[in-house]
Amino acid sequence: MRNFVRGGMLAAAAGAALAVGIAAPAMAQRDPAYAAARAEGKVGEGRDGYLGIVVQPTPALQRLVDDINIKRRAVYARKAQENNATIEEFAFTAGCQAIARTEPGEKYQAPDGSWKTRTSAPPERDPRCP
Amino acid sequence: MAGHRMRGLCAVLLPAIMLGGCINVNAPDKPIVIELNINIRQEVIYRLAEDAADTIEENADIF
Repeated sequence: MRNFVRGGMLAAAAGAALAVGIAAPAMAQRDPAYAAARAEGKVGEGRDGYLGIVVQPTPALQRLVDDINIKRRAVYARKAQENNATIEEFAFTAGCQAIARTEPGEKYQAPDGSWKTRTSAPPERDPRCP
Repeated sequence: MAGHRMRGLCAVLLPAIMLGGCINVNAPDKPIVIELNINIRQEVIYRLAEDAADTIEENADIF
């Protein structure tokens, strides 16, 4: 009986570990709505490290962008503190990298504030970007 | 009689007082541009670069 209970608990623990194992890689991928908005050029990487809306905003698009930017800001705040930097400094640095990582067809913000479509050529970035 | 005249005086003076308090604000004809990045120094950006790249990879769902 004791063995049976222990076996059951082990199975439950294994099941929980499996569920976490399945959930973790799914978290690392972009939400399909976000991936689509990027690919369609509705949103773009801003020069400040946050996602921007390129087209006429809709409530759904605004919610999507706000949700991601709130999460980004939380990550920037934690990393900035770890590095003795301001949130704006860390966000700007991440923005440099996020713009560099855009794929052809995606939108990004040039140093003058205008939205550009990424081509196979390197993006126009702030001269301070590494 | 005196009360009636007083009320008449107020009716004339009150709009004049209210109008005197008006301030005209004209909207600027050029857009207001705020330069947010002016205080971000290149040396700080270089120091943060590696960690920023790691951050993007670790949080691929929001980048």
